[in-house]
Amino acid sequence: MSACGHDPLMIQALVDGELDAVHAAEVEARIAACPDCADEHARLAALRQALRGPGVRAAAPASLRLRLAESLSAPAQVVAPPRRPWAWMGGGAGLAIAACAALIFVSAPMRQDQALTDALVASHVRSLQLDHLTDVVTSDQHVVKPWFNGKIDYSPPVVELKDQGFPLVGGRLDYVGGRNVAAIVYRRGRHVINLYAWPDDGRVLPAHVHVAQGYDLRHWRAGAMTWWAVSDVNPADMALFETLMKARTGR
Amino acid sequence: MRRFQAQVLPHADAAYNLALRLTRRPETAEDLVHDAFVSALGGFEAYRGGDARAWILAIVRNRAFDWLREARRKATLPLGPASDDPDDDGDWEPPDPGQETPEAALIRKGEAEGLRRLIDALPPRLREVLVLREIEELSYRQIAEITDAPIGSVMSRLARARARLGEAWRRANAVREGQS
Repeated sequence: MSACGHDPLMIQALVDGELDAVHAAEVEARIAACPDCADEHARLAALRQALRGPGVRAAAPASLRLRLAESLSAPAQVVAPPRRPWAWMGGGAGLAIAACAALIFVSAPMRQDQALTDALVASHVRSLQLDHLTDVVTSDQHVVKPWFNGKIDYSPPVVELKDQGFPLVGGRLDYVGGRNVAAIVYRRGRHVINLYAWPDDGRVLPAHVHVAQGYDLRHWRAGAMTWWAVSDVNPADMALFETLMKARTGR
Repeated sequence: MRRFQAQVLPHADAAYNLALRLTRRPETAEDLVHDAFVSALGGFEAYRGGDARAWILAIVRNRAFDWLREARRKATLPLGPASDDPDDDGDWEPPDPGQETPEAALIRKGEAEGLRRLIDALPPRLREVLVLREIEELSYRQIAEITDAPIGSVMSRLARARARLGEAWRRANAVREGQS
């Protein structure tokens, strides 16, 4: 507990991106005013930087990848079913049951949305596999935008958000929901954000935030385009990304 | 099968990193991750969405804790260092004096290896929240799900893990800078 009586867990929550805008502003004001809080904040930031440095995270060794590839692709695979499949699935089972219950009542337009969000998540997941992320690899927005010319019949605006902590990785042509779409790829730390754009088709989409298979999806309209962002970054970062993007793409 | 490969297999690195930090033995971590993925494939039909990464990490984490308990039970020494006890999230116990201290490793082997040693010196319950938050960048909610703990416990363990690790890391850095 620092001298100003401020809860160090709140400083930690700020560093972890777990606070909403109001609380974040409150804690930031504390940090600005109290040297103890500022020290605590600086210590947490320095440790994080060190822990995210090269070589700290161990990657799966090649021998493990090979064994996984063999064991998981054997055609006549015999896997002893777990005695109590729900027990070791933990919280997942409850969620799955809730999801099944919810699915019974979905209406036709919701199923369409479901098909689109599923297609977007599938595209996002595919992009994370080796060599699928980008067709054009560059952090230069002026290279990514013209690259789409001639490949699709529209050219989405490509904006640079490096200074805001979302470096541009590149672009990719993808096929989602029966059409070719532009995918613009950003990074947030270790996480990838796929931003999809196509001309606004006037389709009504009720909610602008979706969660599918553990991924966060956001959509909005700006500059005569429909935008979809898909990622597994935390919701606060996703909201920030959306806000920044809306501001830049809304002409 | 293809859905499993698309949704679960990309998390092999995260799974291995967590298993290695919890067991601290590369061969054990490799076997454990392999078996976890094989059993996850067996249960994948019943799994209908949700967070695939949290799901596979929870399986890996539970198997690592089973292994830690078993290893502790089998240990010939009456009591290992406190940091080996999977159920301990209590106070600091100095590491075995016969071994190189993490701080010495940090000085001798460089930052990344030294940091791994410092993480490995924490009790497992502090180790797992630190790895899941700082290295895998998971949210409190996801960590609570994986470690089967309330979010409040996740936050307090994370704070303790950071305080201990940060202190040891800064101390080692001070010594290293003093030497150079």
